[in-house]
Amino acid sequence: MVEIVLENVAKRFGPISVIEGLNLTMRDNEFTVLVGPSGCGKSTTLRMIAGLEDVSDGEIYINGKPVSHLEPKERDIAMVFQDYALYPHMNVARNMSFALRLAHYDRAEIARRIEQVADMLGIRELLGRKPRELSGGQRQRVAMGRALVRDASTFLFDEPLSNLDAKLRTQMRAELALMRQRIRKNMIYVTHDQIEAMTLGDRIIVMSKGKIMQAGTPEELFKRPANKFVAGFIGSPSMNFFDAELASNDGPLAVVGDGFSLGLPLDAAGRLKAHRGRPITIGIRPTAFQVVADGQSAENAIRAPVVVSEYIGSNSIVMSEIGHTQVTIDIGSDAPIAVGESVQVRVAPEAIYLFDPATERVL
Amino acid sequence: MPTTADQTTLHVPQGPALGDAPSRPRPHTGRRARRGKRLLNRSTPYLFLLPALAFMGVGLLYPVCRSVWLSFQDWKLGMAPESAVFSGWENYLSLLRDPNVYTSTGVTLTFAFTVVVLEVLLGVALALLLERPIRGMSLFRTVFILPMMVAPVVVGLIWRFMYSEQFGILNKIAKAVGIGGVPWLSSQEMALTSVIIADVWQWTPFIFILAMAALQSLPASAIEAARVDGANTWQTIWHVKLPLMMPVIIIATLLRLIDAFKVLEVIYIMTDGGPGLSTEILSLHIYKTAFVSQQLGRASALSNLLLLIVLALSVALFVFSKARERQARKVAM
Repeated sequence: MVEIVLENVAKRFGPISVIEGLNLTMRDNEFTVLVGPSGCGKSTTLRMIAGLEDVSDGEIYINGKPVSHLEPKERDIAMVFQDYALYPHMNVARNMSFALRLAHYDRAEIARRIEQVADMLGIRELLGRKPRELSGGQRQRVAMGRALVRDASTFLFDEPLSNLDAKLRTQMRAELALMRQRIRKNMIYVTHDQIEAMTLGDRIIVMSKGKIMQAGTPEELFKRPANKFVAGFIGSPSMNFFDAELASNDGPLAVVGDGFSLGLPLDAAGRLKAHRGRPITIGIRPTAFQVVADGQSAENAIRAPVVVSEYIGSNSIVMSEIGHTQVTIDIGSDAPIAVGESVQVRVAPEAIYLFDPATERVL
Repeated sequence: MPTTADQTTLHVPQGPALGDAPSRPRPHTGRRARRGKRLLNRSTPYLFLLPALAFMGVGLLYPVCRSVWLSFQDWKLGMAPESAVFSGWENYLSLLRDPNVYTSTGVTLTFAFTVVVLEVLLGVALALLLERPIRGMSLFRTVFILPMMVAPVVVGLIWRFMYSEQFGILNKIAKAVGIGGVPWLSSQEMALTSVIIADVWQWTPFIFILAMAALQSLPASAIEAARVDGANTWQTIWHVKLPLMMPVIIIATLLRLIDAFKVLEVIYIMTDGGPGLSTEILSLHIYKTAFVSQQLGRASALSNLLLLIVLALSVALFVFSKARERQARKVAM
């Protein structure tokens, strides 16, 4: 049972505040992903949990014990670094056994653990090699192995896949997910890649500018984003945003923008009361557009001229311009659409997200 | 526009575009011109090296050859060069018979290895100590580097004054703490130690700078990984930092060793090799043989022997850095 709690944690580098008042609880046996654009403070947060960065304010608790004054080695953590951080002068076996040797494990036990982990990661034949004789993917595995032999209570991953090429990254992501099923331990994983976050995380914490924007399961974040930032960050291609105005009280419940007018679900009337007749930001996911055959009339239809068409086989991603807003539309059809044509698309009222333009919070 | 015209004419001989008629055989002159150009291209780097090579030839190769030639002659300084008599290996053989040469070689070896060991230990230790960001660090670093920048003659003078038995500061301190006067430079037992202290003072900064540079170029994440893996400061130094600094330390050590075998001015100023022969290192012995005893042939023979020692060290340095390069290339692949 390991629980990590961050209480009002702040981090300042000189006069620059990177993280301010961060509160966070990571439950036992959970794969937590910290995700956000670069500079959002996710790596700093991880490094503070690891003990590699001092906490400027607040406290970190591991199992109820305050740890911010403790050295990394006293926190029972293992970590995988972005650039793998293997010891260049030691071979793979010695890299993996370093922590165990420092902790004075007996030789037989060290050998047993290394074999076990090496078999699991498929790096047994690499044990005698130096890091420089390994490929990027192999180094990645060794770095993972070095953390796993530790049998620590918490594993920290700092963008472990970001130095790999796209294909290898997909493969390692799958392997990580597989490994995750076998090792039920606390894992905290930092990435800027929302797909990694969505596929690996039990719980995702989206960060921006040193603050938590939302924490939740992948599904929660995708279906019920708390604000415009999360809505735009999670999902690929990202959500389209339009400036619009909510029709005033006497009209039907609808948003009117440059080049479109869309009806909203009736049950939204209550929570939108205060915003009637005022500007509003609406969000529509590229996949929420449905193509309507020409000539057929439909509710909530928009005509979208095709500016760029990216045909990728199973579907087409179309860039369009509605009013003066650039829009990405994911068209499920397997027939390519030519630039210059236009498509008529429909949006279900339930698929429209509404945001307060000032606070950017979802309405 | 002239540039466009140039480009078109340049493109014409490069071969037919798709759909063109098959290429005509190129005129013979073009091939010859190209070969000439290729030769010029290939020899360009050597042309650039030529001035440096000429300089080395005059400044290094000629004196070395001359000294080899001289070592087989019996020639006294101040006599006409024509009076030099070929004496075969006599100069070398007489060196082997001379006990002073053995003493001097012993002093040189003791001096060189002691200073280098001390300088490497102190320099690396200082670098490890001063690695952490402390307020005013850049000032400390500059202060530590200063001795290296002082001219050797001046270093000799400074230490001679400090070691002076009547008015030297060291003996004043010694007297103040009740030890009494120490015969720093005047006793056979102390003189070499005193000279070694001065050299360590002057050249530890050299190791310090290189060790510092090596430390700062270490992969920061590997050191963090060691912290996470449970290594304390000392274990991190011993298991991670030092092994990774080793290539630099070895090169610095060899460079210092080469230099230590050739040291002259500081000792010449401080002790002039005395008392007795207690600080008479080889280079000083050579100097005295050449310019005091005026036996140029013999001095040349001895300096050639010293050259061999230094050359062996240089070869070791070269072989080592080559091996490192090969390894580095392997990493890049």
